[in-house]
Amino acid sequence: MGHAAIIAGQGFNGVSLASILLLTALGLALSFGLMNVINMAHGEMLMVGGYLSFLATKMVHGPLAFPFALLLSFAGAALLGALLEVTVIRWLYGRPLDTLLATWGVSLILQQAARSLFGAIGVEVVAPHWLEGSVSIEHGLLAGLSMPYVRIFIILLTVAVLGLLMVFIARTRWGLYLRAVHQDREMAQALGVNTRWVDLVVFSMGTGVAGLAGAALALIAPVTPTVGQSYVVYAFLVVIVGGLGSLFGTTLAALLVGLFSAGVQMFTSISLADVWLLVLVILFIQFRPKGIIYQRSRAMKEA
Amino acid sequence: MKKWSALSLDIVLLAALALAPLYLSAYHLSLLGRFLALAVLSLGISVIWGWGGILSLGQGVFWGLGAYVLAMHLKLTGLAPGDLPDFMMWSGLDHLPAWWKIFEHPAVAIAGVVVIPTIAGGLLAWLVFNRRVSGVYFSLLTQALALAFSTLLISQQAYTGGFNGLTDFSTILGHPMIDPGFQRNIYWITLGVLVLASIACRWLTHTAFGRVLVAIRDGESRVRFLGYHPAAYKTIAFAFGAMLAGISGALYVVHVGVISPAMVGVIPSIEMVIAVAVGGRSSLTGVVLGTLLVNFGKDWISSAMPEMWQLAMGALFILVVTALPQGLAGIPGLVEKLVLWSKGKREAKMADQPAIALVEKD
Amino acid sequence: MGTPLLSVENVTVSFNGFNALDGMSLHLMPTSIRVLIGPNGAGKSTLLDTIIGHVRPSAGRVVFKGHEITRMDEYKIVRRGICRKFQAPGILDNLTVAENLNLAARRHRECWRSFSVGLNKEVRAQVERVLTLVGLNDRKHALAGQLSHGQKQWLEIGMVVASDAELLLLDEPAAGMSHDESAQTAALIRELAKQHSLLVIDHDMAFVDQLDAPVSVMHMGRMLREGTLEEIRNDPQIAAVYLGRVKEVSVA
Repeated sequence: MGHAAIIAGQGFNGVSLASILLLTALGLALSFGLMNVINMAHGEMLMVGGYLSFLATKMVHGPLAFPFALLLSFAGAALLGALLEVTVIRWLYGRPLDTLLATWGVSLILQQAARSLFGAIGVEVVAPHWLEGSVSIEHGLLAGLSMPYVRIFIILLTVAVLGLLMVFIARTRWGLYLRAVHQDREMAQALGVNTRWVDLVVFSMGTGVAGLAGAALALIAPVTPTVGQSYVVYAFLVVIVGGLGSLFGTTLAALLVGLFSAGVQMFTSISLADVWLLVLVILFIQFRPKGIIYQRSRAMKEA
Repeated sequence: MKKWSALSLDIVLLAALALAPLYLSAYHLSLLGRFLALAVLSLGISVIWGWGGILSLGQGVFWGLGAYVLAMHLKLTGLAPGDLPDFMMWSGLDHLPAWWKIFEHPAVAIAGVVVIPTIAGGLLAWLVFNRRVSGVYFSLLTQALALAFSTLLISQQAYTGGFNGLTDFSTILGHPMIDPGFQRNIYWITLGVLVLASIACRWLTHTAFGRVLVAIRDGESRVRFLGYHPAAYKTIAFAFGAMLAGISGALYVVHVGVISPAMVGVIPSIEMVIAVAVGGRSSLTGVVLGTLLVNFGKDWISSAMPEMWQLAMGALFILVVTALPQGLAGIPGLVEKLVLWSKGKREAKMADQPAIALVEKD
Repeated sequence: MGTPLLSVENVTVSFNGFNALDGMSLHLMPTSIRVLIGPNGAGKSTLLDTIIGHVRPSAGRVVFKGHEITRMDEYKIVRRGICRKFQAPGILDNLTVAENLNLAARRHRECWRSFSVGLNKEVRAQVERVLTLVGLNDRKHALAGQLSHGQKQWLEIGMVVASDAELLLLDEPAAGMSHDESAQTAALIRELAKQHSLLVIDHDMAFVDQLDAPVSVMHMGRMLREGTLEEIRNDPQIAAVYLGRVKEVSVA
């Protein structure tokens, strides 16, 4: 395998990691931009999505099993997110650090629940037949490069979700509400937008997408009670780098983090890659403390 | 009046702790000792969170730095001259790295315990706060730091002992560590350090520095427009908290005789926060009580029903944050409010509540 | 003509391509009042933001007491003697009135000089003086959050005064005040002008009239006209600028 193939391979891995990170970070970034709230149990939505997809493939067989798994993991995580918003987050409005801690408590409970239900050892989701195998390049510059179908599928799924989300925000009535509340909550309220519903819908949609991420992740790695924890910390970094509530910024940040991690791993170990990633993020905020994309608005200006 | 009752609570608590060797079994005394060591860390969290409004989810890092520095010293003093720690030999190292060697001298080790976490904490805080990144962002960064720190420790097997960490210490400053008399002495020393740390925190929070810190917590930009530089205040506060964390870590190592990555990562770091939240983030007495309570509770629950601890901790987080944001220290205030309310005097009392009304506000 | 205390020279500030300030200039003499008026979005608040260092201009400069302060950090500018009152009262709700003023009155705001307990005599005297000045003596130990709206405004003016700044920037000091309160505020500002320079933004022409000071009209991020309130009122161009607000100007 030539250098070019190795680099291309790591690039491909980076993009596929970035896809999962992006699916995880989208919900975080949206609700953070909207409600100034970080949900520490967001990683567990990933975990729930993974387990739901495992259950779905146990319940249903045949060609519909996998689409059903995706649907179930989205719906289940979205429902759980809605429940979380209504029972905990809504009551802590304007106290972001307390929300952090309370949702952390939720995350611990969900992890333990998963451990009791499914055991500490991971469960495997078998990918459907049509996702077995990989694209292999035999000749030329990239000879030896192999790209598994599952990873390609994850990347495509992410692109699709991103596209749908963009259409949702730009074209639908709820998307308009979202943008209005994001820009000026009080004004939107005064104009008759039910901000509570907007918060709820956006939050639960975000957790639903994280559930999808979990289902996608289940295709390439076993689902464990702590699977969410290992991804969500990077997703948090993506949110920090991406800036407040901007899909474009979040996407760019996810690609940056994913490619950086994959790139650094060519030269050093995975654990050192973690350290370098953190150093990169801290350096990054020296230059762009508000993230890649930062919309300066009049509302933010007032101290 | 209020001041006196608070002071008398402190005195009762101190007396109970000072007399503990008389009425506690050796096992429980050793537990109490290590929890008092953790209380030193809690005091630091209280200053940075309760007063400064900075929530660190990575205190385990600074605690771990102090702990590892002292553990390195203990490891070295237990070796015959020219020997290497066992895990270094297994990993094929043939000589002691210089940054290990320097901690052989006890004075250097003690200085390292205090200085290294302080500088690390101060540096991180400055880099972040000076760019006006704070609040939730800072909490997330500290959590990422805790994750990176523990994975780094695990991966650098040859230098850190990897997953198993550092253990098998025999003597400290020439004293054998398993001796029961030594256990008692180390209890006294821990209590003494805790009292000193507590006095330092009380002093700090009563200076102009403490006032400005509270003001920054409640209205950072207002304070900036009065000519203060918030990042400087927050950095000093955070470095102070990191210093107490380092000292706490070192004391803990002496008590338990082991330090490993599992003790400094994301989960332990958040457990450090819950102890403070339960006690009351802005009550220096409360956080000491909270630390003892949570840790004894943890010890009890995890020996009786191991799988329950995580559930209990999760429930505790939700409960404290939603129902009792001022922790145990908030209970007297709540009771008082309730009594006053039932007497219909609520209005009158509202006018002179203490200056530090400690509900988070952004 | 002496040298101005503050000179804003050709300052341009843009947000996402929109020029909130567009070649704005202004000069302010020591111990004087200047009132800034102009329609919404004229750039009045942005001008104060720029002077205090909260917003960095893309062109032009700001000179205070002969020193350029254009790209300095806010806290350094404040330490040089400029203090600002915000539109929405920027007081610390969880501190008492006296504590708010203490914070503003402290002479040593550097971190390393803050490790002392108690207040020195000078600061104490300053706080007492300001309490009397803004008429909050009897609410001294009340939490700032529990003051009435007018009292909050006065407390913040008091904080700005207590900081001993030479230049005070007041953004709508009389907003939301009753007629009497706003008259008192005007008297207070005239009193302050004996020792300080003040740059005051306000929409309320009755209030502006009571200040009895030269008026600068801003429009589209630029200085449109300077003069007495009387001259401004009679200027047809200004009436045109205000469009819907013509009535308000002429009635006042």
